[in-house]
Formats: sequence, structure tokens, C-alpha cells
Amino acid sequence: MANETEAGRRRAARLFDVRLVIGGLFVVYGIIVTVIGLFDSTAEVKKAQGVHINLWMGLAMLVFGLLVLLWLRLSPPDALPEPADETDTKPSDEPD
Amino acid sequence: MHELAASGLRLDLNVFDYLILALYFLTVLGIGFAARAAIHTSADFFLSGRSMPAWVTGLAFISANLGAIEILGMAANGAQYGLMTLHYYWVGAVPAMVFLGIVMMPFYYGSKVRSVPEFLRRRFNNGTHLFNGISFAVAQVLIAGVNLFALALILEALLGWPLWLSIILGAAIVLVYITLGGLSSAIYNEVLQFFVILAGLIPITIIGLVKVGGIGGLFEKVRQTPLGEAGLHTWSNTASTDNPLGANWIGIIFGLGFVLSFGYWTTNFAEVQRALSAKNMSAARRTPIIGAFPKLVIPAVTVIPGLIALVTVKGLGAETGDLQYNYAIPQLMRDLLPNGVLGVAVTGLMASFMAGMAANVSGFNTVFTYDIWQSYIRKDRDDAYYLRVGRIATIGGILIGIGTAFIAAGFNNIMNYIQALFSLFNAPLFATFIVGMFWKRMSAWAGFWSLVLGFLASLTLYILHLSKVLKFHSDLDESFWGAGAAFVVAVIVAIIVTQFTPPKPENELRGLVYGLGGTTTSGEVIMAGDRVWWRNPVLLGVIALVLAVLLYIPVW
Repeated sequence: MANETEAGRRRAARLFDVRLVIGGLFVVYGIIVTVIGLFDSTAEVKKAQGVHINLWMGLAMLVFGLLVLLWLRLSPPDALPEPADETDTKPSDEPD
Repeated sequence: MHELAASGLRLDLNVFDYLILALYFLTVLGIGFAARAAIHTSADFFLSGRSMPAWVTGLAFISANLGAIEILGMAANGAQYGLMTLHYYWVGAVPAMVFLGIVMMPFYYGSKVRSVPEFLRRRFNNGTHLFNGISFAVAQVLIAGVNLFALALILEALLGWPLWLSIILGAAIVLVYITLGGLSSAIYNEVLQFFVILAGLIPITIIGLVKVGGIGGLFEKVRQTPLGEAGLHTWSNTASTDNPLGANWIGIIFGLGFVLSFGYWTTNFAEVQRALSAKNMSAARRTPIIGAFPKLVIPAVTVIPGLIALVTVKGLGAETGDLQYNYAIPQLMRDLLPNGVLGVAVTGLMASFMAGMAANVSGFNTVFTYDIWQSYIRKDRDDAYYLRVGRIATIGGILIGIGTAFIAAGFNNIMNYIQALFSLFNAPLFATFIVGMFWKRMSAWAGFWSLVLGFLASLTLYILHLSKVLKFHSDLDESFWGAGAAFVVAVIVAIIVTQFTPPKPENELRGLVYGLGGTTTSGEVIMAGDRVWWRNPVLLGVIALVLAVLLYIPVW
């Protein structure tokens, strides 16, 4: 069992961490959409029922992306404690 | 601007929207290339080397189900049937997911099988194994074809892309990332897709609710529609069938909640495979249960937009054209989203198509390689050989999927086509499974015959329906009866055949049947990794079930 867990961890270590991809993409999306939001015309805000949706969603995605990267930073995959013990989380229902 | 006339649904994407879409494709392909470096054995390719943490497999589990057909279909049902659509989530999914995690996963994960068909071989015999392996492989490429075709239809309507371009592009991207990175690549992309899909659906819901004056305003406006007050309740009219869904509570609980739901969630390898890739028993058991929590709240971004579309899109509910219920979400995207979030929403929609198709393809290549090729055609080759077969099977599966996309084109309602496939393949399988898992006396040949005759029972009803010998209310009605017939026939055949055939020796059933604990289902192994209370699958499962009940209270 110990060997298997060890092998599993080595495989896991070979594979990059998915949090890097999620965090990275959302930071980029967040920046793009926020910038679009800063330059939204009144027609576009009107279309969105007066909500500055690009600004809000952009900032929300940016914050979400940064939080995921922070989580990765705080518990990097190779610094995992005991075998069979992962940094787990309550399921996240929303990206922001 | 002249293109706008071509389709009323055409979205006006600008360069930033396309940038967002392009970045997504690049990321998806990048995951494929990066995941490739971690693949050295066939187990890495087909099972991610059993190394995934629970939150990753759990989100992949739900994402594999969160295909675009599901999203568009549930929004359509929301507009058509109102809040009764919630039954598809709270009765029709969560209990089965919890059951899979708590009761069935110790057998699946503990027996170290690599696929659902392989479990059938160990529990029953080669005949059962081969029959299920082939029927699963066929069903997966058919459903992959449906996903491709639906993707192409929606892109044609929204972006004006020709059908063939969308089919080839969608297929090519999935092909590249699965052939390179196998299941790891599929799972990582599914986790990413989960968040992108939500990021696309949330602005639709927010702006839509602002437009109709919040939940209160929405409900008030729904009361003015032909759907009326009945569209705002889930159970209160279910003593009879006089409700939007046309089903009473018995049908909802036993038909939807038991036969259809348990059949789909507990035996569908495209789902179960995500849990098998988890790094230990505890993570495997938590996989579907972690998936159950998002499932509880996803209707907020599917069913609610469906209702918003019902009250804001004039004429929604047409038989054909842009005003079909299926276009509820695209209609809202066009009406409400400015460029920017519009790009995210289109990306989310494409992501959900690829999530659905990738789940089919990664399930297909595993079953084809392990359960058909390695078991019956070329045994005892080295591991690198089967890794190669898996990659070739991926390519083959996708090419066949492109072909079956044109079969799907022949059905006017693709959701009903999918339901028909499920009633043919999943319902008898679930019956065989549930009897075999809880009744150790059930013999090997009982497994085979219950599976085959259950399938034939459903197929017979389907053919009688197509040839109009038997009259059903609708295609959906037929698939419900087909699933029910398959289930009942499979159970009866299992009991009868068992009386005339010898049982399997008990030592061959250890770890596979309830009450016959093997080394892998002993309490100690099952509880390993559960030492912190908030990682206990039973506790998490109970919380999910309680939430499902509580959520019903305001919409009784």
C-alpha cells in the first residue's frame, strides 16, 4: 500500500497542477473583461439593463483567479503532508 | 450587418470575444500537450495513474455531465415545465450520486477494476463483459456524435459558422487533447470547463433577474404566462398528473429518481471513470458526492434563465425555428450580454460541448482498449502496445463520432434521441448491477441473460414505437416505458435464470458483492483517508441529501 501511494504521488508530481491553469486563465480573462468594462459604451450598459456587467464579472473572475493561484501558492502539490492527504476543499459552487 | 438577417439568433461578436474564445482553445490544447509529459503507462493514459485529488475528480464528475445538451435542455425544460424541472436535479441526480459514493464505490474502486464492463466480468462472466463492453462503446460514439451535431447547430445559429466547420473544429480539438494527454487531460479540461461554463451562465442569470425585477418579479411574471402558478411548484400538484410535467409523485420518485437516475449515474462508465482515477478509496467515494453539491445549485443558472426567457422572449415555445425552447439561453445571450461577457458565455457554451464529448471519447477509448482489444483480440502484449492502441482508438472513436453526428441530424429532437439511447443501454445494466451487487447467489449466466433480454425488451418497445404499432404520448414517454420494461425484465430474468444455473464460488465474489467483504472492502481500507470528519463520505453524502430536501421547501 505504501508503495502504491508513493507511486501515485510521483505520478501526481509529474503532472502539473490544474490550479495553475484555472488561476492563470481566469486572471487573464478577468483583466480582459475588466478593461472592456472600463470602456463600455452607454449602449452596452443599457443592453445589460444598466448593470456594469463587464466590470463586475471581470473583477470577479480576476479575484477568483488570484484566489486559486494563492491556494496553489499556500499548498503546492509537492509540499503535501502525509500520503493520501490532499489539500481538500469544500466544493466551490461559484467562481467568484 | 446583412448577416443579421440570416438568423435571428446571430450574435454580434467582436474581436475581444474572439480573443477570449481563442485563448480558451489555446489553453485546452496546452493542457493536452503538458499532460502528455506525464504519460508513461497505459494506466496513466486511461486512469490518470489513479493519482487525482477528490476535488478535481469531483468537479470533473459533474462537468462530464454538464454538457451543452444538458444546459440548453434544462433551460428549455425550465421554460416549458417551470420549477418541476428541479426534479431532474434534486430527485433525479443527487440521491443517485450519493448512493454511488457511499454504497457502490467501495466495490468499484476496491476491486481495482479499470472499467464498468471489467467489473461485470469479475462478477459474472466473459459473455456479460463482452456484451456490455460493445454496447457501451457503441453508445458512447453515438452520443459523441450527438454532442458534435448539437455543437454545430448552435454555432451555425449563433456565429454563422457552417455545420461542417464546427464539426471538424470541435472534433479536432477534442482529438488532440485526448490523444495526447488521455484521461488526465480530459479531467483537467473538465475542471477548467466547469468554471468557464459557470462564468458564462452567471451574467445571463444576473442581468436577466435585474431585467424582470428579481426573483419576486420573475415569479409574478411567470404567473401571467400560460404556464401560470403551476410552473412555480414542484410537488403540490403531483397527486395526479395534472401538472406541467404530466407526472405524478410515484413516477417522479421511482421513474425519474430511481430507474432513470440510478441507471445513469451509477453504471455510466463515462461518469464512474472519473472516480476510478482518484488517488485513494476515500477520494473515489467523495468524487460523486463532491459533484452533488454543485448539482444542487446549478439549476440557478439553467432553470432560472429558462423562466426568464419564458417571460422576456416573446413567442418562446415555437415548434421550429429560433423560438424553440432549446434556444432559451442563446436568446438571452443575444438580448442581454454586451461584448466581453458575451465572449465568455460563447466560450462556456463551446466548453460544455467539448466536456460532454470528451467524456464520451475517454470512456470509449478505455473500454475499447481494455475490454475489447486486450481481452478478446490481442492479449498479453506489453503496456506500450496498449497505450498505442488507446491513442488509435481515440482517433477512431472521434472519426466514427463525426459519422454518427449525421445520424443525430436525422432526429428532430436530440434530447429524446439521447433518452432513447439511455433507456436501451443503461436501464437493463442498472438492474443487472443492483441485483448482482446485493444478491450473491445470482449466477454468472443470470447476469448475461438479464442484460441481453433487458436490452431486447427496451429495443422491442422502441421498434414498436417507431413502427407505430404501439402508441405512446411522446418519444419521451416511450423512453420512460422502455427503461421501466428493461428494468423489470432484467430483474425477473436474473431471478429465474439463477434458479437453473450454478452460483459463482464465494471466494471469486469477495470484494464484489455486498456482504462478502474482501481485503479491499474491509472497514480499515474504506476508512483510510477519512480520518478528518469533513472528509467522511457518509457525512458529506447525508449533508447533500438534507440540502436537497431543504431546497424544495420554498418551491413546494
